[in-house]
Amino acid sequence: LKTISNSRRCYKQWLWFMVLFMSFSVIYVDAVWPMPQMISSSMARYTLNPREFIFQYSSGSSAQPGCSLLDSAFERYYPPRQHDEWFRFPFTVVVHVERAECEGYPDADSSESYKLSVCSGQAALRAETVWGALRGLESFSQLVYQDDFGEYFVNETEIEDFPRFQFRGILLDTSRHYLPLHAILKTLDAMSYNKFNVFHWHIVDDPSFPYQSSTFPDLSSKGAFHPLTHVYTQIDVKRVIAHARLRGIRVLAEFDSPGHTQSWGKGQPGLLTPCYKGTVPSGTFGPVNPANSSSYQFMTRLFKEVTSVFPDSYVHLGGDEVDFTCWKSNPDVRGFMLKMGFGTDYTKLESYYMEKLVDKKGPKWRLVWFWQDVFDYHEKIPVDTVLHIWKGSPGQIQQELSSITLAGYRVILAAPWYINHIDYGQDWEKYYTIQPLNFTGTEQQKTLVIGGEVCMWGEYVDATNLSPRLWPRASAAGERLWSDEKMTSSVIDAFPRLVDFRCRLLRRGIQAEPLFVGHCRHEYQGI
Amino acid sequence: MLSCQLSADWQHHSTSYEEPTLGDSPYGSLWPLPQKVQISTVVFKLSGASFHIFDAKASSSGASCRLLQNAYRRYDEYIFTSSRKQGQNKSKKALASDMSELQVWITSADSECDSYPSVTSDESYKLSVDSPVAVLKAPKVWGALRGRVHGFYSTHCLYSDEEKSINRTDIHDFPRFAHRGLLLDTSRHFLPIKVILANLEAMAWNKFNVFHWHIVDDPSFPYLSRTFPQLSQHGAYHPYTHVYTPSDVKMIIEFARLRGIRVVPEFDTPGHTQSWGKGQKDLLTPCYSGASPSGSFGPVNPMLNTTYDFMSMFFKEVNTVFPDAYVHLGGDEVDFSCWKSNPDIQKFMEQQGFGMDYSKLESFYIQRLLDIVTTTNKGYMIWQEVFDNGVKLKSDTVVHVWMGNKVEEELQKVTEAGFTTILSAPWYLDYISYGQDWQKFYRAEPLSFKGTDAQKKLVIGGEACLWGEYVDATNLTPRLWPRASAVGERLWSDRDVRDLNDAYSRLAKHRCRMVQRGIPAEPLFTGYCAHEYKGV
Repeated sequence: LKTISNSRRCYKQWLWFMVLFMSFSVIYVDAVWPMPQMISSSMARYTLNPREFIFQYSSGSSAQPGCSLLDSAFERYYPPRQHDEWFRFPFTVVVHVERAECEGYPDADSSESYKLSVCSGQAALRAETVWGALRGLESFSQLVYQDDFGEYFVNETEIEDFPRFQFRGILLDTSRHYLPLHAILKTLDAMSYNKFNVFHWHIVDDPSFPYQSSTFPDLSSKGAFHPLTHVYTQIDVKRVIAHARLRGIRVLAEFDSPGHTQSWGKGQPGLLTPCYKGTVPSGTFGPVNPANSSSYQFMTRLFKEVTSVFPDSYVHLGGDEVDFTCWKSNPDVRGFMLKMGFGTDYTKLESYYMEKLVDKKGPKWRLVWFWQDVFDYHEKIPVDTVLHIWKGSPGQIQQELSSITLAGYRVILAAPWYINHIDYGQDWEKYYTIQPLNFTGTEQQKTLVIGGEVCMWGEYVDATNLSPRLWPRASAAGERLWSDEKMTSSVIDAFPRLVDFRCRLLRRGIQAEPLFVGHCRHEYQGI
Repeated sequence: MLSCQLSADWQHHSTSYEEPTLGDSPYGSLWPLPQKVQISTVVFKLSGASFHIFDAKASSSGASCRLLQNAYRRYDEYIFTSSRKQGQNKSKKALASDMSELQVWITSADSECDSYPSVTSDESYKLSVDSPVAVLKAPKVWGALRGRVHGFYSTHCLYSDEEKSINRTDIHDFPRFAHRGLLLDTSRHFLPIKVILANLEAMAWNKFNVFHWHIVDDPSFPYLSRTFPQLSQHGAYHPYTHVYTPSDVKMIIEFARLRGIRVVPEFDTPGHTQSWGKGQKDLLTPCYSGASPSGSFGPVNPMLNTTYDFMSMFFKEVNTVFPDAYVHLGGDEVDFSCWKSNPDIQKFMEQQGFGMDYSKLESFYIQRLLDIVTTTNKGYMIWQEVFDNGVKLKSDTVVHVWMGNKVEEELQKVTEAGFTTILSAPWYLDYISYGQDWQKFYRAEPLSFKGTDAQKKLVIGGEACLWGEYVDATNLTPRLWPRASAVGERLWSDRDVRDLNDAYSRLAKHRCRMVQRGIPAEPLFTGYCAHEYKGV
């Protein structure tokens, strides 16, 4: 509910500012992106003086000084230092957290709800978890604005907020182009400003294998674009995970197989299927060879490493776009098909491979994700699997949503947000007006749609153009996934808010492109 | 909106353009391709410690030529920075077969070192890379600049990582078209100076020689005029942070000159002038709603003498600030509805005997404006509508063809009437689409229209336009490069240079070179550069 009203505690100020409020308040109410579930504010405003501004834990909070996660968030959200000496009133943000998981990682069921009250010269932020506190700090920071003389203000505001969908992801592809670490970290920063909470790291694919595995170092030394400059070392990966954690972002690693694995073959001879031309090997290779038991041994060891490196309880196993022509050409694979009684149905072979892969679930083995192809072709998928819808027309997507949720699987929607596809003009509107739950199904089915994901595939994207291509277009999806659909159904209302928000992103050093003609007070200063 | 998804072939990684096959070009990373080039397999080593660029003894330009000295320094840095940083030239002694110097020899008596480039500037050069000395010969400094950019730096890219090396090479080069321009729009979004300078630098690497500065337009007036400071005071997005001061403009012009680039400013009238009206009362036509003024304004008011007084003074200033022999006067997309609504204008139409033909009124205005500009001794460029409307033009006018329909017909007509022309219609780079659209820009051919040889000679070049609706400092550079490079080669190289596979291979390397030099040029397709972009 978006209401413009006063809180009881701040009644007096409310009367005072009533008149002014009628004409201006809307600006401030709309300040937060994505739109909170409930927000009200008045024209009463407090000046913030960076010299007398503090964050503080409430006495009853389970998180206290020493909670590294929130301590570092306080530092990030501290207003830019500057020299307005004349201001007299101190301002305090009191933070209260029920359960302090300061050293933990965000997970699929982490609560992100929070309540924020800016009132009587201070702000009170209450959250069940530290993750909720992070979201609340972000909202608070967006309530702060500067006037023409550089002074900071925050208006009296009440917010009660929680995400509409628990999974709000962004996929980056570091195989088609290598993204330097700082480009990834920058994206994580911007994600937290937009309240995204999952970084889907499509880390390897056909073109290159930049993940430096400690078990199989040859994979990157032979499969990366360059063995030294174009790899992610274990330390790099740790940095990404730590940077993400501090911002309440999960890192979901994808090691896509059996297709999309050309680069794997360079450092792991015998892994891929040799393709045949007639009766002789042609010299090229296809998907992972499902007829060799060594393939599964390799996968077991690799995923053992992956699950120990990436703390998230899910890994993404891919499983999309498997091309059968190479398997069909290979006599050993054909022999295996015969032996297994698959006939000529190669989807059964793919099924067999995927099932064996999941079958390897040891005690440390994680829950898995697949692209939707796996559901389309197979039956025996564990119920705790999450499926990822990436293709189809709007009609087909609705149908796919219906059938996957009817079968009881949880699902993530990515198809409408392939943001690597570009067009002239304001295509953010297209991403904004998607209705993820607009399909035929019971209420129960709809709860199985746990979120959505913005995909930035890397064919035409690297560090030179990633940021302006991603932001603020992804912000449109960010609001769709966080906010109430009814409150945010109008593109016309969203436009001026998004324009402001993108200037805020610029101010924070994110190279977000313009929506249309106009200017920001502080333009981007790089080139 | 969603219908486009319906038609899309659903793969993760579909592309709508054909993917050129990757292979090495025999021309390495040369871009744009020279008119005549011979690369031998003999390779010389280059070392930063021993290599120097000198003026040849017989050269007409010497140490006093700041333009060339500046260029020597830039290119020395480009060629050797990375290896020097890596400390690779330790104490290796130069081998006898090494190439130790490049001599630059300006052959004509007047090197033009201290002048501004013009449409008739000679940009030809000859480069011979041999041991122990390479010689770059050019009639004027402009050719030497092109030679530096082109030959030398480029060929060195046949180098291996550990040691710079260069093949024995002979190049004889000159541009196919004299006007190779790039339009940037600083009105729809303000572009900070450093963005403009960085792109002038990139233009030089791509042998562009005209910066068409679409400096003001409806949304904002960032040009700080000495004569009428109120124009930017009230018409810019911000009177201090979003303006170009006289010294900014001077710096840009000199920076461009040192790279052999002309700066042609555009002050578009009578339409596209909303921002002018904020600082200059009574300049624009008041629109009427019925019998009373509606409060909004239309194009420049063509019936007032004060308008022409203003324009006289304004263009007098423009004439002194911008040294180029041409100014672009715009004249496109004039909306008549406001003129039609205004009773005074209606009366004026009657007096002048224009009937209901408002294009006559537009012509009336433009004619007077052209007369004013003529008195300042500047030539002018105009958008094609001015020609289409039958305005009487000076014989040296350049007609700028931009409309996407009937391009060939228009070129035919303009050249038949004897006017020089430049083409932009195929090169609106602000229009983006998914995939390798550089191929589309690359394939465009300016002389495919029907006409005599004399007519074709009148096509003096083209311009890539990056209009500013969706572009500012955040995304301008990656959106422009290397897509504009495709236009660069079309305008410089021979007509027969059209092999997409060869171009792809060279362009991919050329873009990595731009990235290494600090320009965030976006990728053509999947792949990598040895030195990825370090910004963000």
